[in-house]
Amino acid sequence: MATAARTIQVEIKRQSSPDQPATTEKFEIPYRPNMNITSLLGEIALNPVEVTGKPTTPITYDSNCLEEICGSCAMLINGKARMACSALVDKLEQPIRLAPLSKFPVVRDLAVDRSVLFENLKAVKAWVPIDGSYDLGSGPRQQPQIQEQRYPLSNCISCTICMEVCPQFNDSTSFVGAATIAQVKLFNMDPAGSVLKEERLRALAGDGGVQECGMAQNCVAACPKQLPLIEAISDVSRDVVIQQVKDFFSL
Amino acid sequence: MAATPRIIVVGGGLAGLAAVIKIAEAGGTVDLFSIVPVKRSHSVCAQGGINAAKDLKGEGDSVLKHFDDTVYGGDFLANQTPVKNMTAQGPAIIDLLDRMGVPFNRTPEGLLDFRRFGGTLYQRTAFAGATTGQQLLYALDEQVRRYEAEGKVKKYEGWEFLSAVLGSKGEARGICAMDLRSMETRTFPADAVIICTGGNGAIFGKSTNSVVCTGSAQSALYQQGAFYANGEFIQVHPTAIPGEDKLRLMSESARGEGGRVWVPRDRNDKRVARSIPEADRYYFLEERYPKYGNLVPRDIATREIFKIVYEDNMGIDGQPMVYLDLTHLPKARLHKLEGILEIYEKFVGDDPREVPMKIFPGMHYTMGGLWVDFQQQTNIPGVFAAGEADYSIHGANRLGANSLLSCIYGGFVAGPQALQYAKALPAQVGDGGHAEELARQKQKNSGLLNNAGTENPFKIWRELGETMTKHATIVRYNAGLDEADAKIVELLGRYKNVNLSDKSQWANTSFAFTRQLYNMLELARVIVQGARQRDESRGAHYKPDFPNRNDEQFLKTTKAAFVDGAPSISFEDVDISHIKPRPRVYSST
Ligand SMILES: Cc1cc2nc3c(=O)[nH]c(=O)nc-3n(C[C@H](O)[C@H](O)[C@H](O)COP(=O)(O)OP(=O)(O)OC[C@H]3O[C@@H](n4cnc5c(N)ncnc54)[C@H](O)[C@@H]3O)c2cc1C
Repeated sequence: MATAARTIQVEIKRQSSPDQPATTEKFEIPYRPNMNITSLLGEIALNPVEVTGKPTTPITYDSNCLEEICGSCAMLINGKARMACSALVDKLEQPIRLAPLSKFPVVRDLAVDRSVLFENLKAVKAWVPIDGSYDLGSGPRQQPQIQEQRYPLSNCISCTICMEVCPQFNDSTSFVGAATIAQVKLFNMDPAGSVLKEERLRALAGDGGVQECGMAQNCVAACPKQLPLIEAISDVSRDVVIQQVKDFFSL
Repeated sequence: MAATPRIIVVGGGLAGLAAVIKIAEAGGTVDLFSIVPVKRSHSVCAQGGINAAKDLKGEGDSVLKHFDDTVYGGDFLANQTPVKNMTAQGPAIIDLLDRMGVPFNRTPEGLLDFRRFGGTLYQRTAFAGATTGQQLLYALDEQVRRYEAEGKVKKYEGWEFLSAVLGSKGEARGICAMDLRSMETRTFPADAVIICTGGNGAIFGKSTNSVVCTGSAQSALYQQGAFYANGEFIQVHPTAIPGEDKLRLMSESARGEGGRVWVPRDRNDKRVARSIPEADRYYFLEERYPKYGNLVPRDIATREIFKIVYEDNMGIDGQPMVYLDLTHLPKARLHKLEGILEIYEKFVGDDPREVPMKIFPGMHYTMGGLWVDFQQQTNIPGVFAAGEADYSIHGANRLGANSLLSCIYGGFVAGPQALQYAKALPAQVGDGGHAEELARQKQKNSGLLNNAGTENPFKIWRELGETMTKHATIVRYNAGLDEADAKIVELLGRYKNVNLSDKSQWANTSFAFTRQLYNMLELARVIVQGARQRDESRGAHYKPDFPNRNDEQFLKTTKAAFVDGAPSISFEDVDISHIKPRPRVYSST
């Protein structure tokens, strides 16, 4: 490219604590090829100075593995919810705009509190209730086809992007979101995990449960791990209805 | 003493979660501390798999063969008894993980599938797609969430361990930790503490490790009197993708399918890779090792790439990188590599089918760690350790897919042992040292916040990483190690003059990082001085001036103690009660 940019323009929405107003700071970072958003944030930490020359502080954000498997670094990049580690600067329009996910309480700058997802997983008992961790011999045989269905669902990295992009995930519906529903399908499919199937379905039957889904299908488009979320939601929806009918007649 | 002992587990990777499960199951209660939500721990990164001699392939594999492979692969530096126990428990651990719902790959009959990994002749590695670590971590995380819902486990996620609280006899009485949001620093009581804080890649600046793998907790304990063992044994993987922020692993299978490693013959050659004709390319592995070519063993490949860059100054564009070229491969072969090609594409932005990949060896794993006895207890009474944070099992070199097993094994031993220790613990004298430790940590905090220096901590870190990578990874010379130690001492001096641009007391990540940085510097000296003293070559530790293994002098565990503010190194005999050491020669097997 003849007119290769020598610097990278970045605008970052910042907030020093949950009760402070948000402000935007602009930065100009020396260009290097192959940078991603997390390395850009690292450059700012090395030299925390705004484009105006005003000294500022390093940006607070969550990160850990930097290879899109730990689920930490979700944020809004040019308005789109995605993982910062796999967002390459060379492929982004400038100025690059960074902002925290909008549906979760801001902790500071780009870090938000996503513990609601872990609470949801508790509520739906997303685990296999094994008898114990002692040696009980081999598990049940499982056809490869079952593994092939379960594995993609088990790839969920809890990044909460599916919740961020869901129009139904908001304060008024208290919708659990696609990630939790997909985990219900995963554990209900497990030979031993299915023992809690009814409890899981009941947990998704009430307010905020699976019927809140408005089928906007934003989740499946935004999921960085391409989970079959729509399929999971419709399967679980069906099972929830069946469970409700059963429960009704056994009253 | 206590009717229901209080156990603190620090770290929620595979090792920490394994320990928590055993304690909760035995009726104990656990406070679990982790910097990141435990589900985001570094263990998620493991791809390849987990070893256990299930012998489901009719090969006649056995636990004893797994035992021998591990000891031999570790160049006989590992204490053999724990390795024997771990390999014996391997099959039961895999079965348990299977029962927990890990989506392991299956055979047509519905049995667990196994693949072959380095350092063995048997198909012994169970795997779940290309994300085994993630799947195992989730399975344990789910079990712990179940205990959490039952009130047996309390999680402190977003809390960082700073130090142990030690009682009048030097025994553990709790920990001091910092809330990474409110920055509140306080102590927590415990009858026993289990440290499962993982690896220390950040000491090398960039590595294949995750961000929080700083070794800070291990270093803090070493500075409080714990021995740190075999610190100099650092595994460097030959092919990682150099990134601006980290080194991402590029699997060995790329070379297995015919990938070729080269650099331009002329170090000033500025042409794009594909336009450089064959004659002007230096396929240095093929030329130097005509028999094995690009598939020389890992440690040799790693060393040669390092030499090309740092001794021959032939890295691409003067950078520490060489080409790993797949562009000549037929489509069918490339298809078999699809998964890893996508990783390269996603993070580098180039298509490796069209453009040669740029790779460099990357610091990957520490065999060294906190010294522990065969019950996983450190020399500080009541402080246990497990996982990558301890030094046991892998000796001088870890075999692929053995780490996930050792993490779970270590946690399974540490949990019950800690519980047993805690039940017999006499009552503490006075406040058990809590007030004193809290004051010590708060003083460190205020010292940092009020420092009016000029040094940027991130710049100090960068320099530490550069010097460690240059002198203390693949090829080690005593002069270079001395230079590195002098550099670290200089950095420790400059650290006193550090200046925090952010002095706020809310979610101040650079403040937390700067605290970790000090511990990284102290632990870096342990690595460097251990390497300096070990005048031999063994496993991952290679000194061209001392190219052979020297059992007479160095079939010993290196133990570093923190004495008068510096490492003091001593040596301890290795348990070789089961297998007699023999030369480690892979070319003839
Ligand atoms: C890219 C890659 C691929 C790998 N592939 C394989 C493989 O295929 N097979 C294999 O066997 N091994 C593999 N390994 C090695 C293996 O993944 C690790 O050794 C293992 O996961 C370490 O687990 P752990 O439980 O010891 O620590 P980690 O999983 O690193 O967990 C450490 C925990 O400690 C916490 N922590 C750290 N410091 C503190 C502190 N100060 N206060 C509070 N909490 C703290 C963290 O938050 C985290 O919860 C691989 C490693 C890498 C880098």
